[in-house]
Amino acid sequence: MSGTSMTAPYLDPKHVREGLSRRKLLDQVFVIVGLIVMLACLAILAVLFIDLVIDGSERFSWDFFTNFASRRAERAGILAAWVGTSLIMIVTALCAVPVGVAAAIYLEEYAPKNWFTAIIEINVTNLAGVPSIVYGLLALGLFVYQFNLGQSIAAAGLTLALLILPIVIVATREAIRAVPNAIREAAYGLGATRWEVTKDHVLPYSTGGILTGMILGLSRAIGETAPIITIGALSFIAFLPESPFKSEFPFISFGWLDDPFTAMPIQMFNWVSRPDPAFQANAAAAGAILLGMTLLMNGVAIWIRYRFRKKINW
Amino acid sequence: MLDSSTLARAQSAGQSREEQPLANEQSTSAVADDEARAAGPRISISVDETRKSRTLKVKAAVENLNFYYGQHRALKNLSIPIADKQVTALIGPSGCGKSTFLRCFNRMHDLQPGTRYEGSITLYPDNLNLVGPGIDPIEVRMRIGMVFQKPNPFPKSIFENVAYGLRLRGVRNRATLAEEVEKALRGAALWDEVKDRLQDSALALSGGQMQRLCIARALATKPEILLFDEPTSALDPIATAKIEELISTLRDQVTVLIVTHNMQQAARVSDYTAFMYLGEIIEFDEAAKIFTNPSKKATEDYITGRYG
Repeated sequence: MSGTSMTAPYLDPKHVREGLSRRKLLDQVFVIVGLIVMLACLAILAVLFIDLVIDGSERFSWDFFTNFASRRAERAGILAAWVGTSLIMIVTALCAVPVGVAAAIYLEEYAPKNWFTAIIEINVTNLAGVPSIVYGLLALGLFVYQFNLGQSIAAAGLTLALLILPIVIVATREAIRAVPNAIREAAYGLGATRWEVTKDHVLPYSTGGILTGMILGLSRAIGETAPIITIGALSFIAFLPESPFKSEFPFISFGWLDDPFTAMPIQMFNWVSRPDPAFQANAAAAGAILLGMTLLMNGVAIWIRYRFRKKINW
Repeated sequence: MLDSSTLARAQSAGQSREEQPLANEQSTSAVADDEARAAGPRISISVDETRKSRTLKVKAAVENLNFYYGQHRALKNLSIPIADKQVTALIGPSGCGKSTFLRCFNRMHDLQPGTRYEGSITLYPDNLNLVGPGIDPIEVRMRIGMVFQKPNPFPKSIFENVAYGLRLRGVRNRATLAEEVEKALRGAALWDEVKDRLQDSALALSGGQMQRLCIARALATKPEILLFDEPTSALDPIATAKIEELISTLRDQVTVLIVTHNMQQAARVSDYTAFMYLGEIIEFDEAAKIFTNPSKKATEDYITGRYG
């Protein structure tokens, strides 16, 4: 027919239909491949976690949390380790978050776009990739010897703060960038200064993203072993740092900052390297708890993000 | 050419009346010159079909305004008067510089690096050159409000949105804030719709309500000029009609400058209209004249829909 001879072959309905089913098949293939890859990742994590829980099952008890390390595996606990880890995380968060958020605000809202800020930006991104042992060496020279902090909680907290600073900066910048420019213009249009725009609008609206970045940074820091071994964490201590709370005025004390410490990954490392197989169970139990702490922190990050997304929907 | 001819027309029209209109640089005596400075220049406008003219104060005079993005000259020698308590519309095809021009009035360009103004926008009665080098853009923005193309309420409560400008000015008294917020919301014809839910999030409002909230937010600080940058381009026809009606009533309290893509809208709401093309003002006149009997061929082509 003259009608069909005039139509280009690629417009022929039969050809179109065949092509479409081939293209949809590719679509399906990708869905399946993606699903397999994702399930494989989840399965590895689940196997790891379940394996740790089974190996350490005989050690899970209240005593495990309230006992100090011991030469007898069944009496050894993680009291010093989890207290040490918690205090280090407090120092890390208090140092990394204000500095990281301030740096991100400066880079996003204040800094002019020139070669100098471009170099800073590249550096920040690269810092996130520096091996953690290098931070440990830096901290050994700077905090432990130069600043004379010794092998203390303060030194460990500062070291890990350095380590997660780039993570906090990058996450905060992303969160700040997600605030629409129209909102900034609205505030500037009413006569706000740059600082007023930042504190009244940009920061409150990006809090969700900033907190998420902070927690992801902390959950990276909580498992770091190399840098705190480098600065000399003790693996066997039978005492707690000085309590931050006092019964007499001023009720609060910072003596614990100077105290020696151990941390969860250090304690684990110590147990794993012992020949007695009984300690392997301790290590597995501590590993399961550490992994649980990390997952819990990530869960909190997801929850926070969800809450803020619901409240602010651009 | 446009500015001088308009002001000259203003002068000749006014001479037939007792009330002498005074164009600032053309006054004959020093005393008159001083008076002119005190009162600001005037402009004539003819009302309805009879073209009976009356004189109006000028709120701002744009003279030889050039604006540069780096080396690129985006606005070329613009000169028009902005009549006090009237609506002036800027029309023209996309990219003609009308939004750029509008944003000179509240120095929004200063937020970007590498921008530069030449010439002057003199604000009367205090003879302040808005684009002068010694003028703080923040002070300019505190005196000249703006409503943007897309409604951009803060993700805060309705009350806090309107109160924010007052808070920036240091108002802390709760009663004063409540009173001014109500006044502004009434002024923006939104009060009745939101009075029972002032603490609800502004993001829960409809698009048209959001835009009226943005108008209330700008009105709360009693601006001398209110700038509208295509305020209805993101809204449906009903919401658009409400905003247009609102702009018509606003001229009792504030000088309005509006950029619009929509020629019917410009014809409906404006008293004066400037037609811009490629960064220049091709024609500036009373809206009635522009839309019925433009003197330039390009203007006629644009308003009859031949391009743009």
